[in-house]
Amino acid sequence: MKMVKAIIRPERLEFVKKALEVEGIFGMTISEVMGRGDQKGISLQYRGGTMTVDLIPKIEIDIVVGDTDAGLVIQKIRDAAYTGKIGDGRIFLLPVERSIKVRTGEETT
Amino acid sequence: MVLDTGTTSWLLISTALVMLMTPGVGFFYGGLVRRKNFISMVALAFIVFALVSIQWVLFGYSLSFGSDVGGFIGNLDYIGLTGIPNEAGEAGYPPLLFVAFQMVFAAIAMAIVTSGFAERVKLSSFIIFALLWTTLVYDPLAHWAWGGGWAGAYGSLDFAGGTVVHISSGFAALAVALVIGKRAGFGEYSMEPHNIPMTLLGAALLWFGWFGFNAGSALAANSLAVNAFLVTNTSAAAGALSWLCVSWLRGKPSSLGMISGAVAGLVAITPAAGYVGVIPAMVIGAIAGILCYGAMLWRLSRKMDESLDAWAVHGVGGLWGAIATGIFAAMAIGGFSGLIEGNVNQFIANAAGALAALVYAFVVTLVLAKLVDMTLGLRVSEQEEYVGLDLSQHGERV
Repeated sequence: MKMVKAIIRPERLEFVKKALEVEGIFGMTISEVMGRGDQKGISLQYRGGTMTVDLIPKIEIDIVVGDTDAGLVIQKIRDAAYTGKIGDGRIFLLPVERSIKVRTGEETT
Repeated sequence: MVLDTGTTSWLLISTALVMLMTPGVGFFYGGLVRRKNFISMVALAFIVFALVSIQWVLFGYSLSFGSDVGGFIGNLDYIGLTGIPNEAGEAGYPPLLFVAFQMVFAAIAMAIVTSGFAERVKLSSFIIFALLWTTLVYDPLAHWAWGGGWAGAYGSLDFAGGTVVHISSGFAALAVALVIGKRAGFGEYSMEPHNIPMTLLGAALLWFGWFGFNAGSALAANSLAVNAFLVTNTSAAAGALSWLCVSWLRGKPSSLGMISGAVAGLVAITPAAGYVGVIPAMVIGAIAGILCYGAMLWRLSRKMDESLDAWAVHGVGGLWGAIATGIFAAMAIGGFSGLIEGNVNQFIANAAGALAALVYAFVVTLVLAKLVDMTLGLRVSEQEEYVGLDLSQHGERV
């Protein structure tokens, strides 16, 4: 079992959700986060100098799926979140030890 | 004539009430944009108020209410308010009070236009544009209707500024939106309002301030003011309910729609407030709610980014109000008869006055916006727009 943790542009969230729904993947946890990448944020150029906005609002999506689905989920998120400009985000893949459903106690490993 | 303390007090209060509407527009619009542009939207309203306050006492009042030049504009006799007495004149209140009362109207008109600039305007260019607009669009239109210009002489009725304030600002916002272009991402992904309670609060300030706007326009504390006060409220209520009902047919009735309907009702009754009774006011408000809702849907279907619907609500609502005044005006209320009482001329005069103001406001705004865009650039850079105007224009965060 794997966790896909994707940091994406807020305005791409709806596209990512739709792309995953098509594949029958509905469960996810969304957080509003702030972050920066290798460019250390965005520099705005002014006549008087520059101003750096170092932390940019992003959306984090956490999805736990079986090992075989992880590759597909990553591909779908990448396609739907892509704009080609700096700041499109990152996707991480993490191992998950156990998953327990609170209501029923049902456990998957 | 000696100073009438009742009238003077009422006009002082009305002036303060209408002042509150300009930040009210700011909060109304501020709640509708994305969080990253919230401060920008509210700040634009305050900046407009400050700018117009200065422009008005320096030369704006003179251009609007100075002695008539060709029916088009006032002369410069009152520049810096020279020669305007602070003693009670013929009307029973000091003429300086009239200057202040008219000033807050000029301010809110420009504040409404910010709808077309939302989330993408460069602050420095906006300031230049606002000065040009209030001088070259608002001041002539105020003169036409109230300052001794051709529209007043021709017999177009505009009690409190349906044409001068609302048609002008609504159609100006449309022209601005066409020049500045759509927001990045408009039509690709949803741009939901970030704070609906803030918009509702802004609408509360507008509804409250509108009593000063319309009832104050009687320019006296008398029965005409009372009529205007009541019909203003009736029309707002009818507008709120009619928009609520028609939008219910297409899904859940949103609070935003309901409150937009109230504003549509307020806009539409503005030119008519001193000329119609409560039953016509109900009809005017109810039709305004439906008409403005339709205008908004049409605007969306054409994928036009007149972002906060100043055109649909103020422009279309104002146009309907001007025409409705020509239809429903009652001799017993304000001394004028409309179409219903058999006076076709009043209907024609009102429709013509409104159309002339509409064309003038739209065309001149188009030219001014284009001019500022070609010289200074109206729009921020793509990156500034992406991080939002709060940070890029003000260096602040909500």
